Amino acid sequence: MILQDYDKLIFEISQDGHTGYDMPKSEVEEYDLTAEVGQYARKEDARLPEVSELQILRHYTALSNRNFGIESGPYPLGSCTMKYNPKINEDVAALDGFANIHPSQDPDTVQGALEVMYELQESLREIAKMDACTLQPAAGAHGELAAILAFKAYFEEIGEAEQRKVILIPDSAHGTNPATAVVAGFDTLEIPSTPEGIIDVEAVRAVVGPDTAGIMITQPSTAGLFERDAKEIVDIIHEAGGLCYMDGANMNAIMGVTAPGLLGFDAMHYNLHKTMSGPHGGGGPGSGAICVNDKLAKYLPGPNVVKNGDKFEFEMPSDSFGRVKGHFGNFGVNVRALTYIRAYGPKGIKQVAEDAVLNANYIRARVKDHFDAPFDNYNMNDFVLSLTRQKKENNVNAKDVGKRLLDYGIHAPTTYFPLIVEECLMVEPTETESKSDLDFVADIFIKIAEEIETDPELVRTAPHNTPVKRLDEAGAARKPLLTYWAALEAGKAE
Amino acid sequence: MSNFRYLPNTDQDRKAMLETIGAASIDEIYKDVPESARVQGDLEIPEALSEYELTKYMGGLAAKNTTASQKPFFLGAGIYDHHIPSIVNHVIMRQEFLTAYVPYQPEVSQGELQALFEWQSMVAELTGMDLANSGLYDGYNAVAEAANLAIGHVKKSSKVLVSKGLHPQAQETVATYAFGRDYEAESVELDGDVTDLEDLKAKLSDDVAAVIVQYPNFFGSVEDLAAVKELLEDTKTLLIVSSNPLALGKLEKPSEFGADIVVGDVQPFGIPMSFGGPHCGYLAVTSKLMRKIPSRIVGQTVDEDGKRGFVMTLSTREQHIRREKATSNYSSNQALYALASSIAMTAYGKQGIKDLAQANINNTHYLAKALQDQGFEVLNKKPFFNEFVVKLGKDIREVNKALHEKGFVGGFDASEAFGEDNVYLLCATEKRTKAEMDEFVAALVEVAK
Repeated sequence: MILQDYDKLIFEISQDGHTGYDMPKSEVEEYDLTAEVGQYARKEDARLPEVSELQILRHYTALSNRNFGIESGPYPLGSCTMKYNPKINEDVAALDGFANIHPSQDPDTVQGALEVMYELQESLREIAKMDACTLQPAAGAHGELAAILAFKAYFEEIGEAEQRKVILIPDSAHGTNPATAVVAGFDTLEIPSTPEGIIDVEAVRAVVGPDTAGIMITQPSTAGLFERDAKEIVDIIHEAGGLCYMDGANMNAIMGVTAPGLLGFDAMHYNLHKTMSGPHGGGGPGSGAICVNDKLAKYLPGPNVVKNGDKFEFEMPSDSFGRVKGHFGNFGVNVRALTYIRAYGPKGIKQVAEDAVLNANYIRARVKDHFDAPFDNYNMNDFVLSLTRQKKENNVNAKDVGKRLLDYGIHAPTTYFPLIVEECLMVEPTETESKSDLDFVADIFIKIAEEIETDPELVRTAPHNTPVKRLDEAGAARKPLLTYWAALEAGKAE
Repeated sequence: MSNFRYLPNTDQDRKAMLETIGAASIDEIYKDVPESARVQGDLEIPEALSEYELTKYMGGLAAKNTTASQKPFFLGAGIYDHHIPSIVNHVIMRQEFLTAYVPYQPEVSQGELQALFEWQSMVAELTGMDLANSGLYDGYNAVAEAANLAIGHVKKSSKVLVSKGLHPQAQETVATYAFGRDYEAESVELDGDVTDLEDLKAKLSDDVAAVIVQYPNFFGSVEDLAAVKELLEDTKTLLIVSSNPLALGKLEKPSEFGADIVVGDVQPFGIPMSFGGPHCGYLAVTSKLMRKIPSRIVGQTVDEDGKRGFVMTLSTREQHIRREKATSNYSSNQALYALASSIAMTAYGKQGIKDLAQANINNTHYLAKALQDQGFEVLNKKPFFNEFVVKLGKDIREVNKALHEKGFVGGFDASEAFGEDNVYLLCATEKRTKAEMDEFVAALVEVAK
């Protein structure tokens, strides 16, 4: 990775009169809207940067050199499934027939787009072994919200909405799960994990009752474990009259092996930008398609695509609670997801899961004697390590190890998550890492374990080879500088 | 086992790895999956395709669609057919931007973080607000997040008032979020092509957290923001304004009229229509709402050596989230498309954005005038930006079918939104030539009079 020293803001290279754009020639008369709108005419120009085309490209190329992508090196960021993003996905999504169509066109003129949506809905339904699918949610957390709102619509219809107010959430859940439940108008109740790192069935049994709306389970869990009692927990919730949601962030470990529908869940979401090769885009766009069983199908957001003979049509589910965003979801991401699924087919999709799990277990096996690896079990697509011992003995913590990995050209794992493991590193190599790259990652982990013993200061002060060193995050939050204009006023920009 | 082009492991590798793990087989690793929940046989999805076959298959689906590059395009309604500067795609396809995750490790994510900081600065500048977050799913969703923000901020509030001049899908999204958080989203009627101020006045009360209007509104008309704000004086009610950011190249900043939250979608800047997504919502606020803002925000700071750098800040998400007190469950922005629109805005620059807005104004008003000259009634009473509504004599679905046959993509059926039959919403961006517009008018005379 080339890491340049360029540190100018685009506004700082702006020069009066420069431009990177020209307009098509105007063939019609100039219309003076300004005179017509009075006080609604803009008085001061918006100070957008003035930069010519090559300067713009140099600026962003320099920025990109200060950024780490999947092709830069191993990216074992747990729970995020940083797999290779096939280049053909980008070519396909950019095709004129997908990029330059409008969602309000007559469906007869965009049958190919509806067919993409239909085929993807069908494939996702089959992989999840569920009955219905919507592609509308834009991200995983957005899918969670859509599914929990479907729970709410269901309880309203059966007249139990007032009574069923509590969603159970394991303490190893993604942070978005409780936030989602609250945004959907529910209260949350935390369920503890057992010492083995899985959900405590008895704890669930002890709290369910007439107020239980449901449970949200991440399967496999954020601790990297298959929740082996999931089926029993689902039965307990169903018997109490509640509904069961599966957070599918880790679907990459189980596709073709097992499925939420087979485990008895009523609803689940995919992170298509993770499992179906995204890409992540630096934090979006994602796509959070959800699948549900027959009980919930009619409440889904929409419209979704149905097939009538040879024709594809939009249809709103009969008792839909509404829409969660504009139009049909992040169509461009969904095009990529279908392209990915078709590249693999049924055997390939299962092989993805098996190799993802194999790769994660392999790294864990190689490094487990050098770190504390809680939970004595095989893991799924990610696994966790704890730095508790090194923190006590050498004053080196999980964050330090993450930063030291950056020095070796490896992206840090997820740190301090799940919350049930102290000083936690969560590692997910994904199936697209070769054995030699896995060995490279494992070797570096072991090397850092040695450095912690021999030169803890080196690790504690890492990173040393990155464009900037550790940043003052507390200062950033205390006196926020959130725009160039604020920084300029504070004398901290030119 | 078959080979798949994205999977590097060979059978030999797999065997060696299983040995290191100490497992006899992959099935042993999956031992906790109950037998009764195993997928039996192969998944019933179509067989794998080679790269060439895949190109043909997906290309075949794409070829079934009528696109904006094939036929002159007069459809807008919140998503617009603008020219995208060539450099935009070249930059966002750089793998360092395209494939990175959320910038959790700022030391190796300065490129992304700085790009988002610059984007926030541009959005703040266009809207006139103190600050902006780093992006939301889309403009419709941004309105709903703004409504939730207001409900959380204004004490003892239980309602938002939503103008019927707001994009219908934004109205629907607000209704969904209101269903979630158990508050009321009440509509404010139209007076012709703009919000009915009398109706708004009548519906205001102590429990109203916010009034939501669109500027220019769904029908292209410039709403009287100052008059709306005047009604909110001496109340705690916030003013939420949804704006097409391109219009703000020529129209006064919503901040000048007391907007507390400005939202919208930057799709007009360098983002393809893509059948409705992915696009990128924005949300800008006054500084008093800084710590209430959903999703991520990037701030400037320094590193240990005092060097300027950028970090995600005021963070309320994921690990840090105050779980049970959350007011938003946002976990991603649309970073790649915030970047795309930054590049486009930079390409336009200070002069270009005015020129681009003006070109849209010129074409749209030429089209409106040409239709009026042919005897069509334009329904906008107020000044409009790059869209307007016109009354047709026939069913719009039929009109659009006939236009398609004549080689055009016609406008949007706004009858329901406007509350009157056969109301047609038209848009003419900078891409439309005079000849295209003249031919379109002639075609419309033939099929719709």
